[in-house]
Amino acid sequence: MKRKTLPKLVIFLLLLVSLLDGCSNDSSKITIVGSSALQPLAEQAGNDYRLAHSGSNIVVQGGGSGTGLSQVQAGAVQIGSSDVFADTQKGINANQLHDYKVAVVGIVPIVNKDVGVKNLSTKQLRAIFTGKITNWSQVGGKKENIIVINRSRGSGTRATFEDLILQGQDAMKSQEQDSNGTVKKIVNSTPGTISYISFPYAEDSNIQKLSIDHIQPVNKNIPDNKWHLWSYEHMYTKGKPNKATAAFLRYMLSKKVQKNLIPQIGYLSVNEMKVMRDSHNKITEIGK
Amino acid sequence: MSEKETDLQEVVNQALAEQKVPHVKLKKIGPNSVDIEKLTKPSKETHQEYWGRGLTLLAIFLIGLLVVSIIGFVGEHGLATFFSDHVNLFSFLFSSDWNPGAGNKHVGAAAMIVTSFAVTLIAALIAAPFAIAVALFMTEYSSAKSANFLQSVTELLVGIPSVVYGFLGLSVVVPAIRMIFGGTGFGILAATLILFVMVLPTITSLTVDAFKAVPDELRKSSAALGATRWQTIYHVVLRAATPRILTAIIFGMARAFGEALAVQMVIGNAVLMPYNLVSPAATLTSQLTSQMGNTVMGTLPNNALWSLALLLLLMSLVFNFLVRLVGKKR
Repeated sequence: MKRKTLPKLVIFLLLLVSLLDGCSNDSSKITIVGSSALQPLAEQAGNDYRLAHSGSNIVVQGGGSGTGLSQVQAGAVQIGSSDVFADTQKGINANQLHDYKVAVVGIVPIVNKDVGVKNLSTKQLRAIFTGKITNWSQVGGKKENIIVINRSRGSGTRATFEDLILQGQDAMKSQEQDSNGTVKKIVNSTPGTISYISFPYAEDSNIQKLSIDHIQPVNKNIPDNKWHLWSYEHMYTKGKPNKATAAFLRYMLSKKVQKNLIPQIGYLSVNEMKVMRDSHNKITEIGK
Repeated sequence: MSEKETDLQEVVNQALAEQKVPHVKLKKIGPNSVDIEKLTKPSKETHQEYWGRGLTLLAIFLIGLLVVSIIGFVGEHGLATFFSDHVNLFSFLFSSDWNPGAGNKHVGAAAMIVTSFAVTLIAALIAAPFAIAVALFMTEYSSAKSANFLQSVTELLVGIPSVVYGFLGLSVVVPAIRMIFGGTGFGILAATLILFVMVLPTITSLTVDAFKAVPDELRKSSAALGATRWQTIYHVVLRAATPRILTAIIFGMARAFGEALAVQMVIGNAVLMPYNLVSPAATLTSQLTSQMGNTVMGTLPNNALWSLALLLLLMSLVFNFLVRLVGKKR
């Protein structure tokens, strides 16, 4: 028996090695790593693209915006996705990277249904998340303690929220949760909670979305920056992308994806935006 | 007589042929039939021996390389926090101000270290008596059939992925704690209860082995002296099995210490020094899993997380060392 298994083992190992080798030598392979907010869109687009272009090979992985940026900078992947600007991240040399903004996604504060609040001002939100307001009765709700659930430190959604709402103040120390889904589940089941999630996850009658300064959290309020709590979804390449990667990025920015797929998933097309935001949160109107 | 002799020779040859032993057919024995060349060179079997040894050595070498490179990698990044980012080791271990993004004065892991140990110790403390009771029932009281059944039930618990335990904790344990004790329900107590269920099968099956390893003669001698079954269990079986039971508990603790996902879902992930069992806290592992993806390789926040990983690695070495130490006392 020994004599028979040995050659089999050797053949198996050789096959394995050749398989791995084949993968790494494939120049048409595109790996997309990073932002978990962009993951569903990248996966769907990748699938469609693969079906339409035989011979293309697209692998999509999550891992977080930080992973995406450092992997693409290291040249380990072709595309690193991120929901924050590369030049806001320490340790990333943004000059080396090409930025493709593929979509826009809104962020909305959510509360447990029992708190009896449907609208907060930016000022009140800031006071809640910095720990200055601790009871819902202070903002016109029930007499109930406020439980803040923040997003994980360094997450793109949190970075956007803190930049735009807290404006430089430090958030209070509070519970932290990583994923949109878990946050939603906790807010739904824990009385007095407040947190924030991205629009595509907020379509749920079990939680209460909040308006900010009486502006409704809907996609149509984003293009002219009426709803100012939104962020870009970036795809970064190191230097100029190779041919296969460039083709895929063209596909991501094509009408097909921007007009159909992106609204379908709950994001907003970059083409609809009437304003532009730079990495210092400066808003400029497009075309002026 | 001679006919019988040839018969015998044939039988022997046949047997040798069946055993596939080459070159030793009886007829060929004799100075003329032996190939001197072959005898002085290594045989086919020797070559097989070389091959086998080579393959196993290669495997050992690869595994050794893996272990060394993991320790090297974690060590390199984990120590960079202290050597290139100049974080004070003392403040890393004893301060609970954790905000690495704000600079190297804010890298204190004390809150996480305390929480990790609290969660692990309490879970082991609750799980151990249960595990010992179940194991005693399985080895000393029940029939072989029901012991088998219990065995498969405990093994079933091992196969459930930790995200399922976390989800159960989030939907059942956390609301229950909130109703009974108030607060948000997230905290050390919730994590402990989840970990209790997760380490129970580990400790139970190892404790069963511990009781099975106690020689039957001890039980019989004890019975011969007139001891009741409980007296035998209490004074003989438990005493004899103690080192192995301790090993079982340490193995359980090692598992609890390293569990990340289920704990992350129910502990609240607030890097605060826990002041009671139902205040939100964070363990080393829960911080690692929720933060790693959001940091950029080589920066202080990333290095600080690797330091937590290094701490976990050192702790697992300590657990291993403890297991060996306790095992030696047997």
